[in-house]
Amino acid sequence: MKGLKAAGIAMVAALTSTTAVADLVFPSLSYRTGPYAVNGIPYADGYEDYLTLVNERDGGIGGVKAKVLECETGYNTQKGVECYEATKGEGALVYQPLSTGITYQLIPKATADGIPVHSMGYGRTSAKNGKVFSHIFNYPVNYWDGASHAVNHILDVNGGDIAGKTIALVYHNSAYGKEPIRTLEELSKKHGYKFTPIAVDHPGQEQKSQWLQIRRERPDYVLMWGWGVMNQVAIQEAANIRFPMENFIGIWWSGSENDVLPAGIKANGYKALTFHGVGSDFPIFDDIKKYVVDAGKAAGAGDQVGTVLYNRGLYAALLAVEAAKVAQEIHGTKDINAAQMRDGMEALVIDNAKMEALGIPGFGPEFSVDCGNHGGPGLGAVQQWDAEAGTWSLISDFAPSDMDVIQPLIDEDSSAFATENKIEMKECA
Amino acid sequence: MSPDFLNTIEVILNGLMAGVMYSLVALGFVLIFKASGIFNYAQGVMALFAAMTLVGFQTGQVPFSHLINAVFGTSIHSFGWTLPAVVAVLLTVVVMILFAILVERLVLKHLVNQEPIILFMATIGLAYFMEGMGDLMWGSEMKILDVGVPQGGSLWLEEFTAGWATEGSTYYGMYIDRLDIVATVVAIVLVISLTLFSQYTRTGRALRAVADDHQAALSVGISLRKIWVIVWAIAGIVAMVAGIMWGAKSGVQFSLSLIALKALPVLILGGFTSIPGAIIGGLIIGVGEKLFEYGVGPLIGGATENWFAYVLALIFLVFRPQGLFGDKIIERV
Repeated sequence: MKGLKAAGIAMVAALTSTTAVADLVFPSLSYRTGPYAVNGIPYADGYEDYLTLVNERDGGIGGVKAKVLECETGYNTQKGVECYEATKGEGALVYQPLSTGITYQLIPKATADGIPVHSMGYGRTSAKNGKVFSHIFNYPVNYWDGASHAVNHILDVNGGDIAGKTIALVYHNSAYGKEPIRTLEELSKKHGYKFTPIAVDHPGQEQKSQWLQIRRERPDYVLMWGWGVMNQVAIQEAANIRFPMENFIGIWWSGSENDVLPAGIKANGYKALTFHGVGSDFPIFDDIKKYVVDAGKAAGAGDQVGTVLYNRGLYAALLAVEAAKVAQEIHGTKDINAAQMRDGMEALVIDNAKMEALGIPGFGPEFSVDCGNHGGPGLGAVQQWDAEAGTWSLISDFAPSDMDVIQPLIDEDSSAFATENKIEMKECA
Repeated sequence: MSPDFLNTIEVILNGLMAGVMYSLVALGFVLIFKASGIFNYAQGVMALFAAMTLVGFQTGQVPFSHLINAVFGTSIHSFGWTLPAVVAVLLTVVVMILFAILVERLVLKHLVNQEPIILFMATIGLAYFMEGMGDLMWGSEMKILDVGVPQGGSLWLEEFTAGWATEGSTYYGMYIDRLDIVATVVAIVLVISLTLFSQYTRTGRALRAVADDHQAALSVGISLRKIWVIVWAIAGIVAMVAGIMWGAKSGVQFSLSLIALKALPVLILGGFTSIPGAIIGGLIIGVGEKLFEYGVGPLIGGATENWFAYVLALIFLVFRPQGLFGDKIIERV
C-alpha cells in the first residue's frame, strides 16, 4: 500500500513538473578573469544581484523565476561566441555581452537564431535603426550619442561657442575606440573646433608618447575612449603633465572608481559621461542589502554595491526584466521565449513613475523603444569625480545628443549594412 | 635652440627612461634563462603576484579571505593594520624566496634533463596557476600601490629648461616623470648589485659557473638545485621591483602581467643571456619606439610603439641572431 502511495505521489510530481513553467533564462557573458576583469566583475555582480533580488523579493518575473547562466568570456571575442553557442539552446532570452567585439560577432548569429541582443552603450551604433537590425537593441544610448554629449558639455561651459578650440581624443586603438571619430569629425565641421585623434595600443599600459604630444600641443579639451588599464594610466599621465582635470572627459566606459583611484587626489575634477545615476542613495539598494547581500546570495563579496559598474550591471538587468514583463503582457503568457522577449524590448517604455515604483527614482532617463528606433532618444549626462570624498556626482541633467548630425550617420551606416547583407528594411508604422 | 630640437631631446630622454622600465622586466627573464636555459613565461605574472602580495601586506588584507568567507560564512577581510612600505617590501621578498623554493621542489626538480620546450611549457602552467592563486589569495579587484615613489613631471627641470628655446617660440620646458628617474636609479643599483654579487661572492661565482656549463658545474660539486632556487628568488625580487614601478602608474591589476610583452623585443635585441644586453636592449627599444612614434606616428595614425619595437628587434636579429650581447650557440653535428 505504501509503495502504491509513493508511486502515486511520484506520478503526480512528474505530471506537475511537465506542466510547470520553466525559468526565464538570462545569460551573463561575463569576464571575471583577464586584463579587463577589474571592470567585468562589478558589472556581472550587479547584473546577477538584481535578478536574485527579483527572485527573492518578488518571486521572479510575473511569478516565474529568473535564472542567470554565467559564461566566462575573458573579454575575448572568440570565447564570447563560444559562450553564445553553448548557452543559446538553454532558452536564452537576451544576450548582453559587454563587449563591442562580441556584439559585432553576435549580430548576424543572434538575428538568424531569433534571439535579441542588448548592447547598452556599446556595440554597433547604427543598430539603433530597428528597420535593419531587427534583433539588436542599444537603448538608452550609443557611442555617437556619447561623442555628441561630450561636445555639448564643452559647448555649455564655453557659452555655446567653441570655434577655434582644440579637442583631442585619446582612444583605444580598436573598433570600440575608433567609434566616435567620424562623429567628432562631423561635429568639428559644425562647431569649428580642431580635432586631433590620438591612438593608444592595447592594453594601454604605456602612454608616454601620447601624453607628451598632448603636453606639446596643449589641446583645450581631451576626450577619452578607453577601457581597463588604459583609463587608469591615461588619468595618471594627465595628472602627471598637470592637464586640467575638468577639461578631461571620458566616455562612460572610462568613468568608474577603478579608473580614478590610482591617481589619488590628482584625479579630482575628472569628468565622464554616463547614462544612469551614481551612488547607492536609492531605495532599491536597501532591498539589495536585505534580500541579496545580507542573505548571503550576492554574486560577489557585496563590496561593489553602489559603484559605477555595479550600478550599470544592475541597470542592464533591470531593463531586461522590464522588457520581459512587457513581453509577458503583450503575449499573455508568463513563459516567454526569445522572440517574445524581442517584442517586449521593442515596446519598452521607461518613465519616471516606473523607476519610482522600482525603488530607483530618477536613476536613468525616461525613454521608449519602437520598431524603427532601437536606441531610444540618446539621453546622457556628465558626472564628476570628487577625490576628497571618493564619490562621483552628476553635474548635468540627462540631455539629448545632436541628432541632426548623428541620424544621417546612422542611416548611412545601417543602409550600407543592409545592402551588404541583403537585408530588406522592415516597414514600421 | 628650436622647440623642435628640444622636443626631440625630450622624446629621446623619455625613450631612455621607458627603456629602463622595459629592462627591469627583461632582467628577470635573462637571469633565469642564463642559469637554467628556461624561458620563464611566468615572469610577467610573477611581477603581478609580487605587487599584489606587497599591497596585501601593506594594507593588512587577509589572504584567501573570499575563500574563507565563502566556506565558513564569515566576513573577514582585513587584519586591521597598515604596514610601512619597507616592511611590506621585505615581507614580499620573503614570499618570493619561498615561491622560488616551491617552484624548485614542485616543478623544476622533476624536470631535470628534460627538453627546454618541456620546461617552457611548465612555466606556462606555472603562469596560469599563479594567476589564479594570486586572485584567490588577494582578490582580483584593482589595488592601489603606494610605496612613496614620487610621480609627475619634475617642476625644477621644466622651469630650468623653459628658457632654452628660441625667444618668442612656444616651449613649456622639458618633461621627465620623477617615477622614471627613480626607476632608472633603482635599475642602476640593481644591475651594480647583481654584477657585484656574481663577481665577488662564492654563490655568484657558482651561478656563473652553472650559466657557463651545467655539466662542468655539477662535476665540481655545485648544487644545481640550490642555484635554481637562488636564481628564481632573485628573478622574483626583480619582478617585484618591476611590479612596483609599473603598478604605481596603473594600480595593481591583471594587466600588470602583460608588461612581459614589453620585454620580449628587448630580449630579442639584447640577447637572452646578457644582463648588459637587457639594459642596452631596453634603451634602444625605448628610444627607437618613442622617436618613431614622435616622427612617423602622426603620419600613419599613431599607436606604432607595440609593433615597431618588434620590427626594430627583428632588424637587429637579421644581423645578429643571438642578439646584441647574447652567446652564439654553436651545435656540432
